[in-house]
Amino acid sequence: MSWPIDLIVLTFVIFCAIAAISVRDLLGTAILFGAYSFMMCLLWAVMGAVDVAFTEASVGAGVSTVFFVAAVFRTSRRTKD
Amino acid sequence: MTDFLPLIVAKYNYWLYIILMMIGLYAMIVKNNLIKKLVGMNIFQTAIILFYVSIGYKRGATIPIIQGDHSGHGAEAIIKAADYINPLPHVLMLTAIVVSVATFGVAMALCVRIYQRYNTLEEDELRMRLSEKKI
Amino acid sequence: MKLFGFIIVCLTGGLLLYGTGELPDWGDPHSPASIHLSNDYIEHAMEQTEVPNLVTAVLADYRGYDTMFETAVVFCAGLACFLLLRDFRPKKEYYYRHVPTGVVLHVKNNERQIAPGKEFEDVDKDWVPSDTIIKTVCRILIPFIQIYALYVVAHGDFSPGGGFQGGVIFGSSFILLAISYNLKTLMKRVSEKFLGIFSAAGVLVYVGIGAFSMVLGGHFLDYSQYIPFFGEHHIRALGMLGVEIGVGMAVTAVMAIIYINIVSEGRHDEGL
Repeated sequence: MSWPIDLIVLTFVIFCAIAAISVRDLLGTAILFGAYSFMMCLLWAVMGAVDVAFTEASVGAGVSTVFFVAAVFRTSRRTKD
Repeated sequence: MTDFLPLIVAKYNYWLYIILMMIGLYAMIVKNNLIKKLVGMNIFQTAIILFYVSIGYKRGATIPIIQGDHSGHGAEAIIKAADYINPLPHVLMLTAIVVSVATFGVAMALCVRIYQRYNTLEEDELRMRLSEKKI
Repeated sequence: MKLFGFIIVCLTGGLLLYGTGELPDWGDPHSPASIHLSNDYIEHAMEQTEVPNLVTAVLADYRGYDTMFETAVVFCAGLACFLLLRDFRPKKEYYYRHVPTGVVLHVKNNERQIAPGKEFEDVDKDWVPSDTIIKTVCRILIPFIQIYALYVVAHGDFSPGGGFQGGVIFGSSFILLAISYNLKTLMKRVSEKFLGIFSAAGVLVYVGIGAFSMVLGGHFLDYSQYIPFFGEHHIRALGMLGVEIGVGMAVTAVMAIIYINIVSEGRHDEGL
């Protein structure tokens, strides 16, 4: 594993995390959270944890984003902070 | 400076994981919206999973799938532990991820239920509605 | 509150950052985590279980008891979603679309007055004309997604993947059907009863494989007891495959149950 990839992806992960909790629209949060999960999956694939990366790609970036969007559809997009 | 640089190279990963975990904890404490709190909880969770997976990483090792032919004579080839990444943290964290999506689904169901009853997901408005009910 | 939270977070983070000084260097092969137990697993898992993917070997064989209760946790999550959200009360209002003219009627009445047929069809509250491209692409894609999910379940022993991943992919193919057509189409194909039975059957397959090896005279989840039935060759891999199929069934059904209940608020009639 080469450290530049690691460092770049980790920086992206932190940006995605900050954006996901600070954006004022819950649908935006859902999409940014999906991007965060996908970056995390990339990080694990680089670290050699292929099974964990596969699980995160299908579970974190796939199904939990869908649950998120479904819940936002049934509640509201509005958020104060 | 010269003895500080190796320290950064060896430990910067842990520092970034801790920053990620702090973001999650901050969102859980400060954010007003229940779904934002849930996102914070998930970020916290993934930061800890990341830390565990990184413990298993070994420099110069490959993924934990035994290479070579799998015709049932695996005992003949000598398998060196230094060649393969530690699979144990991966197993534990695989479990953690699947349980996390299950809890996420239940938490979303709870959010939908709360919205049906009180018509809001903001914590301060919820507290207001609850105190209105008592009077 | 904001400042107070920030101070707490900084305090925790500072303590943890101070703690990293004692941790082993990143990627160090001689760190305490990788010199005790894991070496034993890496060196002997292949000859003991004949499964090349060490993660699956540890997950389904050495720590099979752990994974069994994890499947039970997933099943309980599906049950909790069902109990929280399921709403059996009849609908108060119906929407119909007059097929020849395209007019949508909104009927506020407890009983059905118009029978859906050739002239009128049932539609959702926020009905939009369906898109031919999306429907066609999803109709073509869904079988391939399901075949890929079965592949992932079946090859969990040899390549990354296994019951959880395959189950989640299979469940998401159902979700794709519900999104591209509508929820009624999905509910027509997989009924609620079927999903409930399927999720419980998955857990039962796992527990049954474990319990039946006790009946045969071994320990719980001791796959080598099945040698009289399947022969000695790759018996542990076969046992793990059975267990993974159980996990995949449970996860598939639970993902579909959670999605359907959340998106329709437990009414199972209309959704995304």
